[in-house]
Amino acid sequence: MSKVLIIAELNGSALNPSTAKCVACAQAVSPDSIDIAVFSHQCADAAATAAGITGVSRVLCIESEANRHPLAAVLAPQAAELAADYDYVFGPSTTFGKDVMPRIAALLGVGQVSDIMSVASPRSFARPVYAGNAVLTVEVPEGKTIVATVRTASWKDAPTGGSASVENASVTAEIPAHTRFVELASEASERPDLQTAKKVISGGRGVGSSENFDLIYQLATKLGAGVGASRAAVDAGYVANDMQVGQTGKIIAPELYIAFGISGAIQHLTGIKDAGTIVAVNKDPEAPIFEIADIGLVGDLFEVLPELEQKL
Amino acid sequence: MNKILICLKRVVDYNVRIRVKPDGDGVVTDGVKMSINPFDEIALEEALRIREAGNAEEIVAVTIGSQDCQQQLRTGLAMGADRAILVESDTEIDPLAAARALHALVEKESPDLVILGKQAIDDDCNQTGQMLAAIWGRPQATFASKLELAGTTAKVTREVDAGLETIEVDLPAVVTSDLRLNEPRYVKLPDIMKAKKKPLENIAVSELLGDTEPQLNAVGWAPPAQRAKGILVDDVDGLIAALREKDLVT
Repeated sequence: MSKVLIIAELNGSALNPSTAKCVACAQAVSPDSIDIAVFSHQCADAAATAAGITGVSRVLCIESEANRHPLAAVLAPQAAELAADYDYVFGPSTTFGKDVMPRIAALLGVGQVSDIMSVASPRSFARPVYAGNAVLTVEVPEGKTIVATVRTASWKDAPTGGSASVENASVTAEIPAHTRFVELASEASERPDLQTAKKVISGGRGVGSSENFDLIYQLATKLGAGVGASRAAVDAGYVANDMQVGQTGKIIAPELYIAFGISGAIQHLTGIKDAGTIVAVNKDPEAPIFEIADIGLVGDLFEVLPELEQKL
Repeated sequence: MNKILICLKRVVDYNVRIRVKPDGDGVVTDGVKMSINPFDEIALEEALRIREAGNAEEIVAVTIGSQDCQQQLRTGLAMGADRAILVESDTEIDPLAAARALHALVEKESPDLVILGKQAIDDDCNQTGQMLAAIWGRPQATFASKLELAGTTAKVTREVDAGLETIEVDLPAVVTSDLRLNEPRYVKLPDIMKAKKKPLENIAVSELLGDTEPQLNAVGWAPPAQRAKGILVDDVDGLIAALREKDLVT
C-alpha cells in the first residue's frame, strides 16, 4: 500500500491549478490512493474542485481561522502531523510549495526532492539542476517518507471528472504565533494567469520603459495572452516582480511564447524551455534567444509589434 | 540586535556554461571559476546594511564544505563580515544535513537573525533556510525583497507568485533573500588585505552532526533535452505565416 498526500495551493478560497499537476505527478508513482489536504478558513470551494480531479480518493479539509493565509510556519506542523500516515507528500513547485514543503520535510526529518520533472521509478525522480542545464536523477532510500515539489511546467493537469469524498480532518499540532500575515499586494488583472496561460507575450530590457510595455499589453489583449518579462525588465522597474519568467521567477510551459527584446540569458531560457513554440524578436542577430527559438525574426520590436498587432 | 549569521555557499560561477561529464557522473568543475552563490552575496549585503544603520553589532559568515571554501569566506570578510566559520566537510552535504549543522551553530552562536540566499544556483534546491527554521522552531521569511527591523520583530516583504506578500515575524528568525533585496557592493583591494587578518575558525562537520546519512542518492546526470533547430523569418508577414502553419494564430 502506498499513499500520497498532496498539499493543495489556494488562491483566496479557490484551488490553484498547480494542485491538479501534483495529482498528475502523483499518479506516475502508481500509488494505491491519493488524498488532497486543503488548509483554509473556508475549505468548501477548493475542496469541491479538488474532489473533482480524477484519481483523487479523499479530500481532507483542515478548516480554521489560523489557516486563512498560507503561512509556512503555521501550515507545516499541521501537514507534518497528517503526513505520518503517508508514503509521499507532494506540493507544487510554486512560491507557495517552495516555502512550505521543505519545512514539512524537516519536521518529518527527511530530505526533499525539489522540482520533479519526471518519475523514473516509485522512488526515483528526475529534477533540473544548474538552471536546467543538467538533469539529475535522484533516488530516495527505502524507509523514508518522500517529500517533494512538483515542477508544474513538466506536468499536464490531471483531468476533471472524479468524485472523491470530502472529509473534515482535525489536527492537534501547536500553531505558532511568531509569524503573522500583514498584506498581499497584487495587481488585479483581467489577463490570463501567467503560469497557466496558453499564450504568453514577454518583454525584456529592449522594451525600454514601462510606457512602452503598453505595446506588449496590446498584442497580448488581441491574442488573449498572459504577459511575462525578463529579470532585466523587472529590475529596471518596467513591470512588477510577479511577471518575471526564469530560473528564479516563474517556470512556464505555454503553447506559444513570444519574446520581444529579450536577449535570452540562460536563467531566462530555463523558464521557457517547455513552451510549445518559442518566437523571438530581437534586433541583435547574435542574441542567444535565437538558439532556442523555433521562429526567429531579427528586427526592431517597435516596428514589429504594431505591425503584428494590426495584421493579426 | 547583537548578531547576524550569514550562510554562504561556494558554487560554480553563474557565468560558467555548465557541461555534464560524458560519464554522467556530475558536471565539469575542473578549472571552472567558483564564486559565492549570488543569492548569498545579497544576504551578506543586507546584513552589512543593517549593521551600517546601527542595528547590528556583529556579522558572522558561515559556510559548509572543503578547505577551498576559505576563498569564498575571505571574500565575505572583505565585503565586511566580522568573522567567519568554515564547517569542514569533504563530502557533499545535502540541505537537511546543512540545516542541522547550521542549527547546531545557531545554538552555539545565538544569532538574532540568520540570512541565507533563497536557493543555491548549483543544485537549485531552495530548502536550507526553510529547514533550518523548522528545526530551530523559529519563523521563516523566504524570498525577501524588503526587510524592515522594528525592535524584536521584523517586517518582511516577500516575492510570491501573486505579487508581494508582507509578513511580520518575531526575532530570532530566518530570512532568505531574493534578487531584488539589494545590490551587493564590490570588494575593494584594501578590504581584501584587511580581510586576511580577520578570524576564520575551522570546525569539523562531525563536531556538529552525528549522522550525515544521505537523504537522496544521485543516480545519474544527463544533459537537458535539446529543442529542434528553429527557422528565421524575414518579416512580420513571414512570422504570421509560420504561426498560422502551426495553427497558433488565426
